[in-house]
This record gives sequence, C-alpha cells and structure tokens, in this order.
Amino acid sequence: MKFPVPHDVKAATIPGTEGWERMYPYQYQFVTDDPERNQYEKETFWFYDGLHYPEPLYPFDTIWDEAWFLALSQFNNRIFQVPPVRGVDHRMINGYVYISPVPVKDGAEIGSRVPNFMERAGYYYKNWDALEAKWKTKMEATIKQLEELKIEGLPELEDISVVNDAIGESKGYHLIKNYDDLINLGIKCWQYHFEFLNLGYAAYVFFMDFTQKLFPSIPLQRITQMISGIDVIMYKPDDELKELAKQAVALGVDGAVVGNRDWVAVKLAVEKLPKGAEWLAAFEKARYPWFNISTGTGWFHTDRSWNDMLDIPLSGIQTYIGKIKAGVSIDRPVEEVRAERDRITAEYRALITNEADLKQFDELLGCAKTVFPYVENHLFYVEHWFHSVFWNKMREVAAIMKDHGMINDIEDIWYLRRDEIKQALWDVVTAWATGVKPRGSFTWPPEIEWRKGVMEKFRQWSAPPAIGIAPEVIQEPFTIVLWGVTNKSLADWASVQEVSDPDSISELKGFAGSPGIVEGKARVCRSAQDIRDLLEGEILVAPTTSPSWAPAFAKIKACVTDVGGVMSHAAIVCREYGMPAVVGTGHSTKVIKTGMMLRVDGSSGAITITR
Amino acid sequence: MDCAKPIVCWFEEVNKDSVALVGGKCSSLGELINAGVRVPPGFALTTRGYAQFMRDAGIQSEVNGLLAGLDHQDMDKLEEASRLIREMIESRPMSIELEDLIAESYRKLSVRSCIPAVPVAVRSSATAEDLPGASFAGQQDTYLWIRGVDSVMHHVRRCISSLYTGRAIAYRMKMGFPHEQVAISVGIQKMANSLTAGVMFTIHPTNGDRSVIVIDSNFGFGESVVSGEVTPDHFVVNKVALDILERTISTKTVCYTVDFKEQKSVALEVPFERQNIQSIVDDEITELAWMGKKIEQHYGRPMDIEWAIDKDLPAGGNIFILQARPETIWSDKPKAPASSGAMSAMDFIVSSLIAGKKVS
Repeated sequence: MKFPVPHDVKAATIPGTEGWERMYPYQYQFVTDDPERNQYEKETFWFYDGLHYPEPLYPFDTIWDEAWFLALSQFNNRIFQVPPVRGVDHRMINGYVYISPVPVKDGAEIGSRVPNFMERAGYYYKNWDALEAKWKTKMEATIKQLEELKIEGLPELEDISVVNDAIGESKGYHLIKNYDDLINLGIKCWQYHFEFLNLGYAAYVFFMDFTQKLFPSIPLQRITQMISGIDVIMYKPDDELKELAKQAVALGVDGAVVGNRDWVAVKLAVEKLPKGAEWLAAFEKARYPWFNISTGTGWFHTDRSWNDMLDIPLSGIQTYIGKIKAGVSIDRPVEEVRAERDRITAEYRALITNEADLKQFDELLGCAKTVFPYVENHLFYVEHWFHSVFWNKMREVAAIMKDHGMINDIEDIWYLRRDEIKQALWDVVTAWATGVKPRGSFTWPPEIEWRKGVMEKFRQWSAPPAIGIAPEVIQEPFTIVLWGVTNKSLADWASVQEVSDPDSISELKGFAGSPGIVEGKARVCRSAQDIRDLLEGEILVAPTTSPSWAPAFAKIKACVTDVGGVMSHAAIVCREYGMPAVVGTGHSTKVIKTGMMLRVDGSSGAITITR
Repeated sequence: MDCAKPIVCWFEEVNKDSVALVGGKCSSLGELINAGVRVPPGFALTTRGYAQFMRDAGIQSEVNGLLAGLDHQDMDKLEEASRLIREMIESRPMSIELEDLIAESYRKLSVRSCIPAVPVAVRSSATAEDLPGASFAGQQDTYLWIRGVDSVMHHVRRCISSLYTGRAIAYRMKMGFPHEQVAISVGIQKMANSLTAGVMFTIHPTNGDRSVIVIDSNFGFGESVVSGEVTPDHFVVNKVALDILERTISTKTVCYTVDFKEQKSVALEVPFERQNIQSIVDDEITELAWMGKKIEQHYGRPMDIEWAIDKDLPAGGNIFILQARPETIWSDKPKAPASSGAMSAMDFIVSSLIAGKKVS
C-alpha cells in the first residue's frame, strides 16, 4: 500500500507558517538534503498518531513525545530486544506526530535476538508482580522528588543565610539546576512508563489475536472485559468522592456541601458547622494524591487536575450526596462485575471445542490478566499524578520568566521548546546576576505571538492518516495496538470530514465500547467543568473522559467520545454501569449539539442523530 | 404391535427418545417444549396409529404386491406404482376409532388455541428424518392452513402416502430397507400466524464462529426467507452476552401471508413504506437469541432453527420456535484448531511477534 510521499506533504507549507520547523526538535523533520535519510523516510510507513495527539503539539508539550520516543525504543531494542523490531521512529509535520516501527529485516538477525528476548522479557513476565511492586516504589520516589522540587524566584539580594551558612550558591544557579531536575524527573518518569507497558501490550494484543481467531465476531469490548482489573487504581479518585459524600451526610454537612457550585463558598459554609472541620480534613486528605487526577488524558498542559479545579470534584460529591439522599446505592457493584466477568469468560471458554485451543486460551488469558492491571494503573502514576504536578511546576518556572519580561503570560511558556526555555533561563539568570536586561525580553514575546498564529493555522490543517509505503505486517506491539485503533478510527472519521455541512450528518461511527442501545438527549461537555450541567438521564458527549469524569457516569444513560478505544476510560466505566458507550467517533463534540436526540448503539458502534 | 403405545399423543408427551413413535420432527418439537422452548401446540398421529391405519384399511399387502419385482432404477415403473399406492392410501377411509381419536385431539387443540377449527399444519414426521447426516428433508409433505376435521383427516392420509413417492421407494430399495418396516408419524400443529418469521443459526454460517447467533427475518411467513426469495433483515447477536453486534436492514419487497379461503399462503408485495423497516424489534431479537442459546445448550451442538412471531398473541408470549435441527455445514467438518499446539505464553508471544500483524 502506498500513501502520499512524506516530503511532498511537508513541502506544501501552509502560507504564513514558513520556518515552523524551529518550533520542534530538528531530528523530527523529514529531510531532502541527506540522500540516505531521505531514501529511508520515503520507503518507510509513517502514520499519524491521532489517538494521542488529536491536536498539533505545543512546542513544550513535545517533551513527552521525545520521552516516549526514547523510552519505548530503548526497551524494545536495547533492553529486551524484541526480535523482529527495533524502536519506533518519530517525525512531525505541522505539529502532528507521525510514527513508524523500525523492523529488523535480516532473518538471521531476528533469530539471534530471540534468545535475548526470551531471557529478558521472560524474566519480566515470570516475575511480573514482584517487579511491578518495585516499579511502584521507584515511581512514588520519583513523584516525591518532583513534589519536593522548589522553583524559586530571583531575589534582589540573596538571603543572609547564604553568607552565614557559607552556601556558596545563588538562586540563579538553583533556578537553572532545578529546571534541569524538573525536566530530568519527567524524562525518568517516562523511562519507567515503558518498563512494563510494551510487554503488557504484547500479552494483551496476542491474547486478543488468538481469541479473535477462535471467535471471529467477538467484540473487542468482550476481550477487554475478560482481562480488565476490578480493583484498579482508576476507580480510586471516584471512590474518594463517594466516601466524602457519605461522610458529609454522616457529619451533617451535606446541606452546606450541596449549597453552592463554587468550592470557596462551600468551604466557607462548611467551616462554620460544628463538624465542618472534620469533613474538610477528610477532604484535604483525599486530595493527596487522588485529586491529582487530570481532567483530560494528562498528556497536555491544557489538561488540568481536580486539585487545580476543586469545583469539579465538588460537583461529583454533590451528585453522590443527591444519590444517597434519594436512597440510591453509590457503591460499585464489585461482586456483580466480577461475577459477570467470570460468566463471560466461562461461556466463551465453554465454546472452545479443541483441547489444544483451550489450553492455549487459558495460558494466554492468565498472562494477559497478570499484565493488564499495569496497563491500566500506570496511567494514574504517570499521566495523571506526575504530569499534573509537573505542569504546575512548569507554571512556576513560567511565572519567573514572566517577572523578567521574557513572556507576557504564564501560559505563553508552552510555545517554547524545553531547550529554548533552558537558554532563556540562562539569559534571565545572567542578566539578573549582572543587573542588566535579558536579551530575550525583546526577542521572545514577538516570536511567541508568531508561533500562536502558526499553531492556529496548524489546527485548521487535516493531517493525512498515513504517509510513505506500508509494510505487509507490523511487528511492534505498541504500534499494533495503536495502528489497529488508529486505522479504523481515521477511516470512520474521514467519511465525516468529507461532509461539508456538519448539520446534514445524521450518523456517526465509532468503536462499540459498551453494549446496549438507548435513546436520549445529548449533553456536550467539552471539559470536565461542563459536567456540572449534566442532567439525570442525558447522554454525555465528550472529547474523551478520564477517571476525573467518573461522577458524571452516575447521572447519564450513555456516553459518546471523540477519542479512545475499547480500553478507554469511558468504555470501561460504561461496561461497569451497564450502559452503552460509543468511543473514538472523532467528531461527535463538533457535530452533536446539546439537546439533540441521539440513539446510541454501543453494540455496533453507531450513533444516530434524530433531529 | 405394541398396544401400550398410544395412537395419538401431544407434543409435550414426547421427547428426543420418541423418534420411533412420532418421528424426528415431532419428537424434536416435544423435546423443545420439554426444554422450556415455546413451540406452537400440537399432537402427533404416532407410528402405531400409522400401522393401524395401514392394517385396518388392508393396504400393506396390496402395496407389497405392487412393488414386488420392481427395479429401483426404473423410475417410470416406480412412479406408476407410486401413483397407484398413493391413490389407494388417500382414498381409503380411516377406521372409526382412528378418526375419532384424531378428531378429538384436533378439537382439543382448537380449544387450547382459542380459535374454532384452528388452522393447522399437517406434516409428515419420518422416523429416519432430521437425523444428522441422514437428511430425508423435503421428501415428505407439509400442508399448511388446514382447517376442520375432514380436511385434517384428508391431509393426514396424504402425509402417509408421501412415504410412497417414487423417489422414496427407490431410495429404500437401493438401501435394502423393507417397505413394511418403514413407519411414519404425522404432526398436526397450530399454524403460527406470523407477523414476522425467519431462520436462526446458533453458529455463524459463513465463518463457523460459535460465539454468535445469526438471525434472518422478514415480514409474514418464514418461507420467503427459507426459499431465498427476498434478502431478509440480518442480525448477528453475541451468544454470550445477547447483544446485537450487527444489523443489516434490507429492502424487503415480498412477504407471505395466509389466504384463509384458499387455505394457503400467498405472496404479497410489502407496502412501500414498510419495505425498509426493521422486521423484528430488538427485544424480540434478544428473546429469540436467548431461545436459540437454550436450544443449542439442550442439544449440545449448533442448531438451525425456524421461528415465527405470532400476530394473534400478545408480546411476551408470541415468539415461537417452529423447527430446530442440528446445523450440519460447520458441525460435521472437523474444526481446524486456532493454535498450532498449545505453547507457553512466552513462546506464543515470540512467534506471534515474528509473524507480525497484517497491515489492513
């Protein structure tokens, strides 16, 4: 299969964005001046990672792309030595990330890699639980370091203690060093992110593969259901809200808690009550770490956490108090979910007639069940907890840069690459030390304004799903999972994109995330803040959902998302609530308007708009 | 002859072990009823009843005389003998006792169905039919929309005579099966007045996937679906969770309904505004699939099922199974294992990685 030539796509520069390449790392560019690299790029299959990056990347946010570029590739190629594939290469066009697995082409070389992989990956599979426990310790230590990292401003005069304690270092040096530490902690956290992930994906994807061979029509959601964890961390933040709702009722502060949408006002009202302090203490306790949950995927600085927006968890607590008052149980039906999972597994198992197949099924199911909790749990540690703290530390850096006139607004910092920030901080500290004006205060603000315009143009551009020449097979686990999801999504999305008048669209397709059919009124929630407006029995339409959206699910009767697969949060939670979900529809939040009547078929993945 | 055996009996009184008494079709209906599946009510004239008819009417020896010395390859002579035999069977009156037993059961059936002179299907139920690998299907007759005792009696005789079609005679001769030893039973069953009907496989007919149930449906009687005259609506249901995975709504131009005067089904054009409407509602699909699952569990193998939704009865009790037989296309061929011998998860992952995933 041949797709457009990458260099042709890149050559068609969007007018007004000339020079955009400087916003991103130079090695991300498709090139024409290096014949060898040019040839490699032409012959390679690159696909747009639309699932992780639905929007063009801000220059700073490229940090996580570089982080996983390194981490995934090193684990594949230098640590475990996955036999048929090296790493995953990255490129960028107009802010959109294209990736490509790099195969090992020589059969003999593949063979020579097998024993290493067996030994190394085998060690991880065999000792999975013990190693995962170690992972947790490492990860928590990293997060602790991050939380303790101080980003301090530059004083007019250093404190006297610098003299009395003979410290011998200035705040200028500390700023540079702490910025480096901050970035390095981020990169380290992503090292750990991929320590288990690809092995987890491999076990999952080949269990899925085998099950589909046995049952060609088995929905992916059922395969995921068989291996999904039940006591996974993802449910923890929501459980905390339920607990706080129960406590509010028990302590008699529930009236005050539901009295206002604004957390500050609620806090003031609760404080005045006899048992208010007790409840507020419980609230504070729940915040760390559980309110570090991001309201988005956590991949972008725009995804704020509950801790950043306490009105959101408050709204969840209010929902649950309402349920308790109405006599509705808010506890997860854990035992029923477990029983249903076991029933589904047993029934599929009973349909396997061949003895060898049955044994293989059991073996792969066991392995997939061992690894899957990591696949689900790592998200909280990395994308939510670490990232949420990290973005705010970066905002502290930004505040200092703003103080020194390098940027006009804190949120402008994301238009700079992290190495540019490092340079700019050097500019700041040397100018501060010297008592002169930093050069960047003249150059960065206009550059940032220009970059804002470029990004806006990038957003209007639609990235081709794939470029280059497709191989016959893909052998890299992460890419298999991602491409499988991406390929289908992009095809479904393209058919909607081609329609010029969005009002004429009456049907949207996505992944069948959770079975069942319901009809009802749509409520489009673009961000977690909007879920406060949800009414009982509406259908939630969202860009994506994360565990921080959990309270919304207590109110709705179906869920539709733009981005996500059968493993996404919305799909998992809806299956648990027994309500339909169609996920990864691409454009629902653009096409569907609040108040429209929808028919959501979570078994076939179709949404019909009945106007 | 075993006098302990009844001459007529209700479907619910028989089961899968009753093939010798009531033939394959009736015994499987009894089996279904006893498994808790809803089947239109009815009764059977048993093989003992058949034997008694042949004896009372003095037919058996005349038949043997007509068939003596015939060559199973000489179809002309066989057809001629068949014509004479069938005329004889269809014209000989039944004994008064036999007639009384059948008439009494028929009236009881009318009472049970709350319809005077209830329309019934009269169909032969051969003792060698419906068995896996030895399908005689289509060799015996089925008469639909029969009303009234006289007409029932007449068609019972016609069913009996269908044992003596030229082809059936030739087949038995070829297999060396003595004519005196064949026996037939006749089923008399309330007609389902279908609003919608069709077929259901408890295995995917195109890929042999056992985790799904596939349903084809059209308005009216199932014959439009069975005959392939229309492209029916098509549903794929997850057998494990009973949710509808795929639905294809086709343009259905023709359906069959009953002409009571002519006592037969007639083809009708589906009104334009209904042609593209889903012919069975989702709740019915789920209930049907649930029944399919029960039937499969009962027989322990994938099944091929005919069903109907009766318009005379209220929702909740109007879905009927008309026939269930073992699926033969996939079930009879040994299924290739999906694995190349069970291996450790590690080995499986390595070999799968090396094989890779096709880019599609």
